[in-house]
Amino acid sequence: MMKIIKKFKLPILILFIYGVLGISSPEVANKSFNVSLTYLGEMIFIIPPVFILMGLMEVWIPKNKIENLLGKESGIKGIIISFVLGTLPTGPLYVAFPMTASLLKKGASVSNMIVFLGSWATLKVPQLLVEAEFLGVPFMVLRFVLTFIMLVLMGVFMQFTLKLSPDKAFLESNNKNN
Amino acid sequence: MTLIIIYSILIIGLVVSFIKSKEKTKKAFKIAKKAFMKTAPSLLAVLGIVGLTLGILTPETISGIIGSEAGFMGTIIAALIGAITLIPSLIAFPLAGSLLRAGANVMTISVFITTLVMVGIVTMPMEIKMLGKKFTFLRNGLGFIAAIIIAAIMGVIL
Repeated sequence: MMKIIKKFKLPILILFIYGVLGISSPEVANKSFNVSLTYLGEMIFIIPPVFILMGLMEVWIPKNKIENLLGKESGIKGIIISFVLGTLPTGPLYVAFPMTASLLKKGASVSNMIVFLGSWATLKVPQLLVEAEFLGVPFMVLRFVLTFIMLVLMGVFMQFTLKLSPDKAFLESNNKNN
Repeated sequence: MTLIIIYSILIIGLVVSFIKSKEKTKKAFKIAKKAFMKTAPSLLAVLGIVGLTLGILTPETISGIIGSEAGFMGTIIAALIGAITLIPSLIAFPLAGSLLRAGANVMTISVFITTLVMVGIVTMPMEIKMLGKKFTFLRNGLGFIAAIIIAAIMGVIL
């Protein structure tokens, strides 16, 4: 029982906030609840296939292949592959987290995964078309180029930092689960 | 559209996997189930937080806040709001476009869009669960700084 409560402490806390909000300003609570429902409707269809795909990836894709394509020695090729994978029209960012987790386990480098997540979030092809329409082509192109450069820099910096001080607690809990 | 792509890939993958090996396909489902159970609480949390932030910070409220604060302060506020909220880009870009026409400067719009899509405070519980605390804080923190640098350069050029 305590274990379940501990595992769900964040959702419980949020439920509590909803409760308080429901009493103090029912209108906002109502609106919030509707937004949550909308997102639930979206997630319910996206999440299960994504997790199954992640399982298939883990079973079938050999580790040395990922290491080769996206590992520390993959260089420019690795950056380009991460970038292209990220820009494909494949849904919201939270879909990319489980994918990234299993790619990291298979030997992809942190710097490539930052480029992957960043392109997924900010440089998606359909998104760029909408951006060009509403904000103009120069805005879109400039933001695209600058973001790409910043992502590569961020990736290198994070790889370096995580190598100097790895996330020990997280890695341990991961090993325990496998 | 997204759904069609994901499900097509899934079906092809499953068929191929099943023909090649029943055992391995079963194992893939086991891995999926385990990962899902591990992430479920943070998924629920993300759902709740998204609702709360968008219920309180509606697009109208956001454009009110960003529109009324000009200059540097406006840019910082836009960056913070962008970092907190999670809005689908189909709503975000028209909103940014209307802000631009309403007189917000390029820097503000750029920082808003970049933090909006790259920095996700509401999705942090899930990111931490899957990728670890350090990774999550570093990625979001650096993303925030990167967004400000990108915006500053864009403000100078455009």
